[in-house]
Amino acid sequence: MQLSISLLEITRAIDSWLNSAFHPHVAYGIELVLAGVAVILLVVAMAILMVYAERKLAGFMQMRLGPMRVGKWGSMQAVADVMKLLLKECLVPTNSDKLMFRVAPFVVTIVSFMTLVPIAFAKGIQLWDINIGVFYITAVSSLSVIGILMAGWSSNNKYSLLGAMRSGAQIVSYELSGGLALIVVVMMSGTLSISGIVQAQADGWWVIKGHIPVIIAFVTFIITSTAELNRAPFDLAEAESELTAGYHTEYSGMQFAMFFLSEYTNMFVLSMVAATVFLGGWMPFHLAGLDGLNHFMDYIPGIVWFFGKTFFILFLIVWFRWTFPRLRIDQLLKLEWKYLLPVSIINVLFAAFIALMGWYL
Amino acid sequence: METKDIKHDEFVINVGPQHPSTHGVLRLELWLDGEDIIDSKPHLGYIHRGIEKMSEALGYKQFIYLTSRMDYLSAHISNQACSLAIEKGLQIEAPARAQVIRVLMAELTRLASHQLWWGALGLDLGAVSPFFYAFREREMILEIFEETCGSRLTMNYITPGGVVNDLHPDFVKKVKKLIEQLKGNLHEYYQLLTGNVILQARTRGVGKLTAEDAVSLGCTGPVARASGVKCDVRKLHPYDGYDKVEFEEVLNDKGDNFARYWLRIEEMKQSIYIIEQLIDNIPEGSYREKLKGVVKLPAGEYYQRVETARGELGVYIVSDGKKEPYRVRFRTPNFSNLNALRPMLKGAKIGDMVSMMATLDLIIPDIDR
Repeated sequence: MQLSISLLEITRAIDSWLNSAFHPHVAYGIELVLAGVAVILLVVAMAILMVYAERKLAGFMQMRLGPMRVGKWGSMQAVADVMKLLLKECLVPTNSDKLMFRVAPFVVTIVSFMTLVPIAFAKGIQLWDINIGVFYITAVSSLSVIGILMAGWSSNNKYSLLGAMRSGAQIVSYELSGGLALIVVVMMSGTLSISGIVQAQADGWWVIKGHIPVIIAFVTFIITSTAELNRAPFDLAEAESELTAGYHTEYSGMQFAMFFLSEYTNMFVLSMVAATVFLGGWMPFHLAGLDGLNHFMDYIPGIVWFFGKTFFILFLIVWFRWTFPRLRIDQLLKLEWKYLLPVSIINVLFAAFIALMGWYL
Repeated sequence: METKDIKHDEFVINVGPQHPSTHGVLRLELWLDGEDIIDSKPHLGYIHRGIEKMSEALGYKQFIYLTSRMDYLSAHISNQACSLAIEKGLQIEAPARAQVIRVLMAELTRLASHQLWWGALGLDLGAVSPFFYAFREREMILEIFEETCGSRLTMNYITPGGVVNDLHPDFVKKVKKLIEQLKGNLHEYYQLLTGNVILQARTRGVGKLTAEDAVSLGCTGPVARASGVKCDVRKLHPYDGYDKVEFEEVLNDKGDNFARYWLRIEEMKQSIYIIEQLIDNIPEGSYREKLKGVVKLPAGEYYQRVETARGELGVYIVSDGKKEPYRVRFRTPNFSNLNALRPMLKGAKIGDMVSMMATLDLIIPDIDR
């Protein structure tokens, strides 16, 4: 609690200083730029950390060491990879739709950065406390499929096109269950705003307080977000043994790196949303009636809670990737339309009933 | 080559010759309707090296080592087939010790080959981790090969009249350790892939091949046995003392991808069983029959069939009495197993293509020679 309060004070101090030094409109502009830079830096730092962590984790799961050569324990490997990608030539295939081909990576990246806007990293550390935060995230994140379709269509490559079409079918289908899973918590919290949902979990996380319906929603959300991310076992859009690399087959250098970055950003955002909505965001672990425990937990800063939960969910997603084989396209759609969607709909009705009766823990 | 008109709405893609799922330079032409495969046509010849023609210019002791480069995962067994054919022509038999060594090496080769297949199947289906677990024991086998034969992949160890040199003193100890470790680790194979829901969904009922089709398409080895066709050369026409060891010819009548998967896993257990019987009973004595420097076969035709990890390999030698063979012909298992791909692919999905090719276990240099 101590650190999160001080973070809030820092942001307030910067705000008041800017307003006293500049015209309010200029100050607002500077704040927007600062916030944007902060978010981009955060995402890039997290992406580099995550690439390294994923490769190390994969190594341990596969009885090998992972990267070891660059830096101590290979810790600079991800940085070296980024440098390599920056220096590589961005090839544009002949007979491709050049404008669309070049714009597609930007669309995907911008969309994934936009979804970061309403996330509450700690108490008061939030770019925009929009009153429809959860709705905004689901709406904006579904735009990324446009970029993927653009990339697949403009590459003039049949593998890319097949990958993009798979991705389109997949993302559009899995959004339904993902949205329904979030609705369960939204109904119980009675608000769509991210900060409101976090506040509603002050006396216990929803995954504990909301018992059965929220646990079902949590599991559904993890599955659907893995599918929306195009990650294994749902990585059909870039199934390397079938479609070489799917929609980004023709991309190289920084253009490819932007797809890669956006995939990781989407991964962070969905993990952060899962951490916020189901695991209480920056709220410490509280159980109703145990004041000693609650007081002790408050000493751990909110930002540690938030990123701890986020990385726990990221670990789950990494674990899936290195364990499961890939589904086939018809099995993928069957899983969504025949199992997840009916379960989610019934779960929403069940949750509505519980929310009406007030049967929380 | 027949040409086919592309109908409206049909989508033609080339899988290969450079493609991750073909494990080599096989090129498949696929006619697609969305994700469904309407028809397919394999194109061969990208790695044709003319091994049969080259053999006509080399002596009998020399050409057999070209066959290590056909099915490179069954190098020992290919060499064994050629040696047996030449021994037939010379009317000699390898000493008892050499025969046991040959069988041990052949079964170790089969184990290593099936392990690589298992790992590659995981890779093809999108699971990366099994590959590394498969390579754990495969690496031990390759180390055993390296100690005795001096090389890991194309060993060139089996020669007409026996084997090139005697076993390394550590051979028995290391093989015993391998068998122990492999037996302890087989449950991991189940945990990682066999028991996985997604793997079962991807393989059960997919890529059906009936026994009639398997026979008429000339399939051999695990592919035919998974359709219920008895075709194990080790049982039907025993060579090098396979009639003296006990083992079971694993059969399955389902004929789908999972049957082929299950069958290879069971074959690994049978190979372990064969090795266990022989490892303590390697007879003492000479490991090679002394032959002349230049071997000449009497004029005539000689044929020998063996069971490689992928099926029946036939070696056919025509001799006119000179020091080089007049004609050599190999009947390779992968060429005939590839025939099964086209009927299986009709109406399947693109994802199925990968799992079918994985369970057929194709080695492309063996198809082209």
